[in-house]
Amino acid sequence: MSTMAVPDIAVAPVDEGFWTRSRKVGLTLLALGLLSAVLFGALATDQQARFTLSDDAAGTALEINGTIGAILFGIITIAAGAALLAGVPKRWFLPVLGVGLVAFVLSFLCWQVSAAPTGQNFMPLVNIIRGTFILALPLIFGALAGVLCERSGVVNVAIEGQLLMGAFSGALFGSISGSVWVGLVAAAIGGAFISLLLAVFAIRYLVDQVVMGIVLNLLAVGVTGFLYERLMQTDAAKYNSAPRFSNWEIPLLKDIPVLGPALFRGNIFLYLGLLLVLVIHIGLFRTRWGLRTRSVGEHPIAADTLGVKVLRVRYRNVLLAGVVAGIGGASYTLALYSFTKNMIGGKGFIALAALIFGRWNPTGALLAALFFGFADQLATYLGAINSVIPSQFLAMLPYLATILAVAGLVGRVRAPAADGKPYIKG
Amino acid sequence: MTNPNPQSGSPDKEPASEAQAAQNALGNTERAEVATEPDRSVAKPGPEPEPKPSLGRLFLDNLWAANTFTVTLLSLVLAIVVGAVLMIISDPDVLSTYSYITSRPSDAINSSWTLVSEAYANLFKGSIFDPEAFSGWLNGANGWQAVLAPISETLTYAAPLVFTGLSVALAFRGGLFNIGAQGQATIGVIMAALAGFLLPLPPGLHLLVAVLAGALGGAIWGFIPGILKARAGAHEVINTIMLNYVATYFLTWLIVQNGVQDPNRTDAISKAVDSSAQLPRLLGDNLRVHAGILLAVLATWAVAWLLNRSTLGFELRAVGANPDAARTAGISVTRTYILIMVFAGILAGLGGSNMVLGSTASALTPLVVAQIGFDGILVALLGRVKPWGVLLAALLFGALQAGGNRMQSYSGISLELVTVLQALIVIFIAAPALVKAIFQLRAARAARLQTSLAKGW
Repeated sequence: MSTMAVPDIAVAPVDEGFWTRSRKVGLTLLALGLLSAVLFGALATDQQARFTLSDDAAGTALEINGTIGAILFGIITIAAGAALLAGVPKRWFLPVLGVGLVAFVLSFLCWQVSAAPTGQNFMPLVNIIRGTFILALPLIFGALAGVLCERSGVVNVAIEGQLLMGAFSGALFGSISGSVWVGLVAAAIGGAFISLLLAVFAIRYLVDQVVMGIVLNLLAVGVTGFLYERLMQTDAAKYNSAPRFSNWEIPLLKDIPVLGPALFRGNIFLYLGLLLVLVIHIGLFRTRWGLRTRSVGEHPIAADTLGVKVLRVRYRNVLLAGVVAGIGGASYTLALYSFTKNMIGGKGFIALAALIFGRWNPTGALLAALFFGFADQLATYLGAINSVIPSQFLAMLPYLATILAVAGLVGRVRAPAADGKPYIKG
Repeated sequence: MTNPNPQSGSPDKEPASEAQAAQNALGNTERAEVATEPDRSVAKPGPEPEPKPSLGRLFLDNLWAANTFTVTLLSLVLAIVVGAVLMIISDPDVLSTYSYITSRPSDAINSSWTLVSEAYANLFKGSIFDPEAFSGWLNGANGWQAVLAPISETLTYAAPLVFTGLSVALAFRGGLFNIGAQGQATIGVIMAALAGFLLPLPPGLHLLVAVLAGALGGAIWGFIPGILKARAGAHEVINTIMLNYVATYFLTWLIVQNGVQDPNRTDAISKAVDSSAQLPRLLGDNLRVHAGILLAVLATWAVAWLLNRSTLGFELRAVGANPDAARTAGISVTRTYILIMVFAGILAGLGGSNMVLGSTASALTPLVVAQIGFDGILVALLGRVKPWGVLLAALLFGALQAGGNRMQSYSGISLELVTVLQALIVIFIAAPALVKAIFQLRAARAARLQTSLAKGW
């Protein structure tokens, strides 16, 4: 993980003795299961917890008695924990862990939905899934930008700035030209501009990359905020009324129950984001470009010896990252809202968290982003049903999860070996 | 440790400096040491066979060499120029004069000059000295307070930045990058405010307890990434970023709880800190400057002493310079990492208490901490991670903030320009090679322009 790990203390004795990582996780899961079965079971009411397959309370629904559901899913979590504790083959570890965690969440939901005020004992799944993806969208783009950058060995803390600049220039040039496509291109260029600064200063001038990222975020906040006040606030009709992409319905897919209305009647950014995950994943692990990128990120000297142009690969990847993040920023201003000051509001840092939580892997980052998006959407939902769980604590979840991941409690994460180290051709 | 760049005074060609910078970047371990003892290497005349040049000659040579002072000054100039360009291109009226610049260039130049010079004049008047207030005082039109008001504002804004800047700088010297000053200050502000309105204590003691509570809050929030770093090798940059947000959400949650929220208000604001727990104002009630700035100077001195004179400071610098060597020498690296983060947390926590016990605010709101943690990073870099340098950098940033307020209300230039200026200054400072190239500076005698000390993930 860290280039500065402290070897004089045992780094969590992972594979030693009885307490393997799998068993520790199992024990934690067991405790979570007990908690949910006992506590959630006791707090849940006898109301039916309805999970409707639509936008609202109507239509078919999956129903379960609140108390029974909370206890039942708690027991499933306990079983999963017990299985891990007893020892399962290694390839079963992730599926079993997944089942345990999902059951835990379901137990929690049974309690919350059944304890909601009468008449609101339902959870509209279409709504939740759609909201999850919408909230995860900037995270997906941002995390992909991080993957592109960091896999080639440049730390990207400037995701926030790239998203913000993309959102801003998308709104500005989209409004001036009146065309969404011009806006989209401008957004990509805006994100790439921040990337260019990052690349030049990190690669050419060898400035510390974390420092540069932090400063670029502030620069982006300052420049967009300044121009927003000077241009957009004074003449919103001219500078801040960008046209928006309309929703595209995908034939056939849109008719799938639940997923169809939730995912396949969305806007271009959703499809683009999911497509990019696929493209970058395949590109990274199946193409020559990906091999070079990874080799430059892991061992630039070896890559250089083999004739890979290390700096060129890094420049290209950092710029590509800016393009991706810029488009991610446009998913706000060219689809949902008009531009406001500092509108990204920390999403770039959650994207960074998703990148780390997803272990610098496009698919992992997608899953992490969806998990964080779900936590976000859940906070909104729980707020609407007057839950006792404060929304702020759910909002903390992504950050706490990342800390646990980095500390090696949920499985070790490891950055590309040369991440953050400038390369000087020797 | 010897100077890692033996050829540092050698020909001032571009490639030489590149190699130099490269060496600095590679020799992470040595960089901290370079930052530690630059003054000695300059003060030491060294065995020079040639006759010593005259003082005036030396001065002129150094004036246009890429030394710390020149680069800092030129970075400021560059930032101001970019700021001016931003002002011009964002003003439609001025911009329209550029459409006929070939036929009547005077229009464009005049209107640009008026816009920019007025804005920067207001920046100066709001932060340092306002001639009108001075003449008003001489004529008896206003009191002496009006003359000191700009300075008072500057010091008020600078005080918390000194603390957070020191927090980041101290961690830097120990080889850690504390991005968590924001979160530590947030927990600090919470603890200080809670102590400020929940504890019924006599004046004096109450203030002391509130300030210490802030420090304790910061210490706790610094301890977490410290122990995670030391025990699990978890990178402090990631953890401190995450903890910043955890702290922010905790603050927004806490404000609206019973017993904390102001009972007369429905919006998110806490009760006000008792007057017995507020830092006394230094120049009467009309001026906002408070004792926080004195504490800040004291803290600067304390950190300077800690770094340069104490055993802990030596261990800290040793660990920052080369953890492996430090461990071989018998220094407990884990203990030092934890202590560094705790001390950094204490400093940031004190910065937080400044925000709620001083004159900036007296109650918790979601934005009570402002940006002091993130600004602290810039301040630390600008101050070259040296305690007294941090103090000066904080004063500059405080002045920009104070002047920015006046610029906003008098010239209608958004306060965001100050953020831009601050970021630009630090960007240029962080890349001395760029400044050097732009101004064609001579190579410096001592290669000590690299400020960044952190390592990758």
